[in-house]
Amino acid sequence: MGLAKRIIPCLDVAEGRVVKGVQFEGLRDAGDPVEAARRYNQAGADELTFLDISASHEGRETMQHVVEAVAAEVFIPLTVGGGIRTLADVRRLLHAGADKVSINTAAVHHPERIKEMADAVGSQCIVVAIDARRVSGEDEPARWEIFTHGGRNPTGLDAIRWAEYMAELGAGELLVTSMDRDGMQQGFDLELTRAISDAVPIPVIASGGVGNLDHLVEGILEGHADAVLAASIFHFGTYQISEAKQCMADAGIEVRT
Amino acid sequence: MQIAVVDYGMGNLRSVVKAIEHVAPNDAHVVLTDAPEVILESDRVVFPGQGAAAQCMQALHERRLTPALREAARTRPFLGICMGMQVLLERSEENEGVDLLGWFPGQVRRFQPTDHRLKVPQMGWNQMHQTQDHPLFDGIRQDARFYFVHSYYCEPAEPAHQVATAEYGLSYCAALADEYVFAIQAHPEKSAEDGLRLLANFTRWKGPWS
Repeated sequence: MGLAKRIIPCLDVAEGRVVKGVQFEGLRDAGDPVEAARRYNQAGADELTFLDISASHEGRETMQHVVEAVAAEVFIPLTVGGGIRTLADVRRLLHAGADKVSINTAAVHHPERIKEMADAVGSQCIVVAIDARRVSGEDEPARWEIFTHGGRNPTGLDAIRWAEYMAELGAGELLVTSMDRDGMQQGFDLELTRAISDAVPIPVIASGGVGNLDHLVEGILEGHADAVLAASIFHFGTYQISEAKQCMADAGIEVRT
Repeated sequence: MQIAVVDYGMGNLRSVVKAIEHVAPNDAHVVLTDAPEVILESDRVVFPGQGAAAQCMQALHERRLTPALREAARTRPFLGICMGMQVLLERSEENEGVDLLGWFPGQVRRFQPTDHRLKVPQMGWNQMHQTQDHPLFDGIRQDARFYFVHSYYCEPAEPAHQVATAEYGLSYCAALADEYVFAIQAHPEKSAEDGLRLLANFTRWKGPWS
């Protein structure tokens, strides 16, 4: 009895359309974010995350309408990330119906904005995305650094200390992505996830690298994550959310069924 | 039938309004308001809230809402959600101590789990263990999961007021009620089918409960 560990599908959205589409049986329009959200809700997803990868200003405007449409008929928590820089951006998305916003680059360039945002709208709405790469050598103690721009640009910031700092400034949750593992389908960087989760008092979502259901279980049991985020294994129909929950439950993890 | 959702500047209420509109009877009219007279002309009142206790209390006082809310809560179905539950008690530990509305005897305390794996805020789906029957639980199975986000929890002094508990390092009060008030720590507007069911029940419940 108690709090369930969460499974969070993440959808990439560009110019108001789901990128690469989502595979569901009988889906009329694989690029429609509202229909994808509705299907994931029915499938038992615990939350949804939309990552706006729009290149244009118009695309970002469109995202607001996507959020409004989803929030009007899908009644589970919704997080929106991608290109959110200012308190005005945060307010706009929360007003559209998002429950949380995920802040990435803006946190690195303007950490004080995390405090400003948390003070204004509450910590529970502010997720800080931590994109990290392992920078230590084979024989050294593990060390990770924060990277921006999809993992290309190093910042010199130590990932664990950065995570602690973000929690102190008022982040309500951390989304930890290993840029070494992202897209590799080899599983999370469990050492990174655990080091951060054990260092901060707030919940941690593990992300980056899920290729099978055992990876989700490892993220919780070995990575000490409170939630696991995955994209392709669900979108392409490789696994159902229900199978993921069964696999986690079989491993003794409490899930919502 | 008019349902007032009290908007006192504490958080995004779009989801609350949309969820109620989604499940309310066809003749229902949902209004977002901070006007005492609109609250008192409504048939049902929803009192949400998120953020810090001190800010919530300040916002209520600035808008001179407390007399109308008190009157509404004595005479018609009244649903408190999240911070809208906590402020009904007498005093909170938050912000170095805050006096609350005091409609229900009891305190609001911070989670201090000894197990460091239990994070604060509690964020996610926990089980609502019904400890008393209530019309708002109709059609919702025992221990159904609801979505919670909170760092503080209610500790009502009068056991008769507690209608549900949840477990998070300790067993705490997850819903409380008196005649016309039902207050829930979780977010029914974000709790999928069971949450919608609870809201649907509220839009049809006439009270009083005893």
